[in-house]
Amino acid sequence: MRFHGSANYISTDDLTLAVNAAVTLQRPLLIKGEPGTGKTMLAEEVAKALEVPIFEWHIKSTTKAQQGLYEYDAVSRLRDSQLGDPRVHDINNYIVKGTLWEAFNADEPVVLLIDEVDKADIEFPNDLLRELDRMEFYVYETHELVKAKHRPIVFITSNNEKELPDAFLRRCFFHYIRFPDKETMEKIVDVHFPGIKKHLLREALEVFFEVREVPGLKKKPSTSELLDWLKLLLADDIPPEALRSKDKKTIIPPLHGALLKNEQDVHLFERLIFMSRHNR
Amino acid sequence: MLIDFFLKLKSAKVPVTTKEYLMLIEGMQKGVVGSSIDDFYYFSRTCLVKDEANFDKFDRAFGEYFKGVEAIMGVEADIPLEWLRKQAELNLSPEEKAKIEAMGGWEKLMETLKKRLEEQKGRHQGGSKWIGTGGTSPYGAYGYNPEGVRIGQEGSRNRSAVKVWDKREYQNLDDQVELGTRNIKIALRRLRRFARDGAPEELDLDGTISSTARKAGMLDILMRPERHNKVKVLLFFDIGGSMDDHIKLCQEMFSAAKTEFKHMEYFYFHNCLYDYVWKDNRRRHSERTPTVDILHKYGHDYKLIFVGDATMSPYEILQPGGSIEYSNDEAGAVWMRRMLDTYPKAVWLNPEPEQLWPYRQSISVIRELMEARMYPITIEGLERAMRYLSK
Repeated sequence: MRFHGSANYISTDDLTLAVNAAVTLQRPLLIKGEPGTGKTMLAEEVAKALEVPIFEWHIKSTTKAQQGLYEYDAVSRLRDSQLGDPRVHDINNYIVKGTLWEAFNADEPVVLLIDEVDKADIEFPNDLLRELDRMEFYVYETHELVKAKHRPIVFITSNNEKELPDAFLRRCFFHYIRFPDKETMEKIVDVHFPGIKKHLLREALEVFFEVREVPGLKKKPSTSELLDWLKLLLADDIPPEALRSKDKKTIIPPLHGALLKNEQDVHLFERLIFMSRHNR
Repeated sequence: MLIDFFLKLKSAKVPVTTKEYLMLIEGMQKGVVGSSIDDFYYFSRTCLVKDEANFDKFDRAFGEYFKGVEAIMGVEADIPLEWLRKQAELNLSPEEKAKIEAMGGWEKLMETLKKRLEEQKGRHQGGSKWIGTGGTSPYGAYGYNPEGVRIGQEGSRNRSAVKVWDKREYQNLDDQVELGTRNIKIALRRLRRFARDGAPEELDLDGTISSTARKAGMLDILMRPERHNKVKVLLFFDIGGSMDDHIKLCQEMFSAAKTEFKHMEYFYFHNCLYDYVWKDNRRRHSERTPTVDILHKYGHDYKLIFVGDATMSPYEILQPGGSIEYSNDEAGAVWMRRMLDTYPKAVWLNPEPEQLWPYRQSISVIRELMEARMYPITIEGLERAMRYLSK
């Protein structure tokens, strides 16, 4: 099984190599990068390209490692016992399988995505060490060892909000998705909007990278914002000339709200443009 | 195999372990990478480096280790002519092409380029003859000569292998650099200690279930107090004078700290701590808080954080009457020591870069007073400081 990017996803050489290394050596691949550079999409696209099912586990600040394995639904059992339901005698009825269990149980190799691992508690990755290393865990309630039939291809994404423990990192491959350069960006746009006018695209990319270079922005626009913006430009049928208008009144790029998501950023941006207009 | 490479990384302070080294060997054995040195670079980075902050260190060590190898593999100055021609033709407008003709034509240009490549030994930037970047020579990238041939500009996949790590693209991901509010918050979050105390007002689900089960199914609801961050912080900001350069950083630091800690008190001082501090900078002369009151009011369990550049005349710390604002009866050092005796967990955060500290006498004095617990305001420095405070 080898991954070479897909029709919907442009993968750089180093990313392709990292994915293939993780697939071949059956190690989890930890993906970091700026928000909006396609970390989550990668797992979905790899699953599509390799034609295997994907299991997704989205992490929140309250997620516990145990929830990915299984949960013992004691409340239901208590209720059933009060109602005299015969199901109450078999504890297996109250073990709720988690995403990891489902992935381990699959009859073919699958892709397992653990999304935004850094959102959880600091101890969360440590609680998954053995599970990700040996791909097995023990169910204490039923005295059962759950072992993966096929080692899943594990993708873990992180936004770098918390430092991950060393022991966890040692077991993973690591890849940092860099912000794409102009050429890669053109390819990405091409994949999403095949019919886009070359001229419009060049002007739009130019404006986009200029906005990214504005100093002091709290959140720089990323790939996903660019794609949204282009969608709007196309929907409104804005001519390419409007983007690079020399008319000083309309020098603020149209629909810039799609690129800048922060009120302060918009103010800063407008102020900078206002100032540069006066300096001329 | 590759043991020297592994040791090289170790000595370059890239955190690598034997487990990862074995993983690298296993990957080589299973043929993850071919004979391309580019692929090997990417694979070893994926395998050995687990934090983008270390990419730059890795790049440098890799470059050093493989310096000899690239020559043997013959990648040096090996730019395929075909590619150059194609790339350049794409970039040229008809007028520019006409200019090339004027210079003796495409073939001649390429010939000169080849000759220059042979003459040139190393990397080059600027200037008007050699091949490099940013100059006015017709050969190179980002230059101003319209006849220029673009070499090694972004996006070229055929770039000579060494350049990938030579570019050191990850330089600014190094964690020694300074930071924004979000990063500060994350760093401050290390200093959290959750505890439950106060009125019980949250449903304890697990407790309720086990208690109900123990009472044979009679519902018994248990409550418990909410979880709080119990850490208490006293913040002292140096304000005015040489701190004006660092106002933005201090503002960010302040806004991050304010949202992160529930029990946080802050005060301002100028240059060094003396017998009073203030809370509102505009009314600093009318609304003062005597430092003694602070010592008495806040308990020993408060963590003490000073934020200041510690840049002043040493007299301001060591001599009575040394303050530049008024005549103080006791030296700043005496007040500092009093604070440190009352609050054993204390750090000094300094916005000046760490390399600069040894050259300023007052910084050394303060640092000595703080028993070396002075940290720079960078991600890495804040983390060290918070780790010390939470110990």
